[in-house]
Amino acid sequence: MIEILLAPWHNALASLPFEWARFGFMRLALLAVLLVSPLLGALGTVVVANRMAFFSEAIGHAAFTGIALGVLLGLSDPLWSMLGFALLLTLAIAWFRRRGGLSSDTAIGLVMAFTVSLGIVILSRGGDFARYTNFLIGDMLAITASDVAWLALLAVAVCALLFFFFNRLLLAALSPAIARSRAKHAGAAELVFACLLAVVVTCALPWIGILVINALLILPAAAARNLARNTAQFFVWSVAISLVAGITGLFASFYASTATGATIVLAAMAVYLLTLLRRSAS
Amino acid sequence: MQLPPDHAPVHHGIAPHRCGECCTTMKGVGVRYNGAPVLEDIDLHLHCGELTAVIGENGAGKTTLVKCLLGEISHGGEVHFLDAAHRRPDSPVIGYVPQHSSFDKSAPVSVLDLFAASLAGRPACLGVSRSVRDAALEGLRRTGAGELIDRRVGTLSGGELQRVLLGLALTPVPNILVLDEPMSGVDHSGREQFYELLSRLRREYDFAVLLVSHDLATLARFADRMVFLDHRIVCEGTPAEVLRDTRVREAFSLHSLT
Repeated sequence: MIEILLAPWHNALASLPFEWARFGFMRLALLAVLLVSPLLGALGTVVVANRMAFFSEAIGHAAFTGIALGVLLGLSDPLWSMLGFALLLTLAIAWFRRRGGLSSDTAIGLVMAFTVSLGIVILSRGGDFARYTNFLIGDMLAITASDVAWLALLAVAVCALLFFFFNRLLLAALSPAIARSRAKHAGAAELVFACLLAVVVTCALPWIGILVINALLILPAAAARNLARNTAQFFVWSVAISLVAGITGLFASFYASTATGATIVLAAMAVYLLTLLRRSAS
Repeated sequence: MQLPPDHAPVHHGIAPHRCGECCTTMKGVGVRYNGAPVLEDIDLHLHCGELTAVIGENGAGKTTLVKCLLGEISHGGEVHFLDAAHRRPDSPVIGYVPQHSSFDKSAPVSVLDLFAASLAGRPACLGVSRSVRDAALEGLRRTGAGELIDRRVGTLSGGELQRVLLGLALTPVPNILVLDEPMSGVDHSGREQFYELLSRLRREYDFAVLLVSHDLATLARFADRMVFLDHRIVCEGTPAEVLRDTRVREAFSLHSLT
C-alpha cells in the first residue's frame, strides 16, 4: 500500500542507462541510502556536539537483546522488540545518569555490557548464533519497497522533531548551565533526542549492521567539524558528506561485492581523513 | 552566628534613577547534600540596580547559592521575586553568566549561533533569521561586542567570550543577573574593564546583580554590597565593612589591604 509513494522514484531510476539500474534491489538500496545517509548525517551533528557517541554505540549493541526478546516472544519480525528494548534502554541510561550518581560513560558502559551479554546468551542457546550474524554486518540489498517507504515517513518525522528541538540541543551542548538557566526543562530535549536516535539507529541496523552503524553517525559530523565555521555550515557539510559517502560506498560495494554498510564507513573515513588535511593546512 | 549590628540589608535605591522596589528575596534557604548542610539559613535581598558580591572560600556553598537562585536544585526555604508593584511574577527573567571555562570552545559555532540557539525561532542549522541577527547584535552592542557576531566562539579570548556571554545574558534584559566567577582565568585589565561594564549596565538597565568572585580588591570598588559566605552568611554589608571583618581577613589572609 505505502509503496505507492515510492513507485515514481523507483521507475525513474529503472530508466537510467547503468548496469546497476537493471537490478530492483540496487534501485531500492539507492533510495534507502538517499534517505538514511542524510538522516544519519543530520542526527550525527547533535550526537557529536552533545557527546552522545558512546550512547548511540550502546543503542546499536543493545539490538542483540532486542532481537533475542523477539525470538523469545515468537515475533516474526524482531524490529518491534528491538525498538521497544532500545527505548527502554534509553530511559534506563537517563535514569542511571540522574539517580545513580554515575558518570554517563560508566552508566552506558555498564548497561551496554549487560545487554550485549544477555542478547548473546539468549541467541546462542543451542549453538544457533550464526543465524543472526546478518545483523552484525547488515544487508542493504535485502531492503524491500515497503521498508523504503516506511523509512521515508520516518525521515520526515525525525526531521520535524530534530528541527523543533535543535536550538535547545545546541545550547545544551555549548553550555548546559546557560541552557538550564533559560529553560525550565532543559533536559527534556536531550531525552527526546536520545529516543529519536534510538529509533533511527534501530530501524537502520538491519541494513547497515550493528558493528558499523555508529561510524555513520559520527564520521560525517566529525569531518564536517573540520570544515565548518558555524552551525549551518556544520549541518550542511555533515549531511552532504554522509550522502556522498553513502552513494560512493553503495556503488563500490556493488562492484566489489562487499558488505554495503562497512564500505560506506570506509568512504566516510576517507572523507574524514581529507578534511583532517584541510584542517591542518588552515 | 551573630551578625554585626551595622550589617542590616540596605533598602531602597541608592541613586535616584533606580526604582529600588523590585527585589529578589531568599528566606531561610538551606541545602543538604548527603545529609551534610551545604547552605543553611540564607536570608538575602537583592535589589534592582544593586551589585551584590558573594565571597567565600572554595566549598563554602557559593555555586550552590547560585543554583538555588536559578531554580536548578531543590532547597528548603523560599526564593521569591517581587516586581516594582510588589507582585510575584511566575518567572522573573534571570540572566546567567557561567565561568567561561565551562564553555565548549571546540564546537563549530559562531557567536550568532549561540544567540540563535538561545532565542526561540528557526533552528540554527537552517541559518539565522534577520530578526534574530538584529536581536543578537543589539545584545552584543550593549557589551561592546558587536564586531564579534560572526566570529567562531572557539577563537575568542577569555575576556571577549565573557563579553559575549554577558551580552547573551542581557538578551532579553533580565530582572536579575547572576554571574558565577565570570572572570576566572582573565587577565587583570580585562577584569577591570568587565566589572566597569557590568557596573554601568546595571545602572542603565536597573537589574539586580549577584556576582560570585574571588577578586576582592576589584569587587571592593564595584560592589554595592558584599556577602561573606561560609555555608551560612557570616557577615554582609558594604565592601568596606565586610573587608574589615576579622573573619573575612583571616579567610582571605588580608594583610596588605587596609
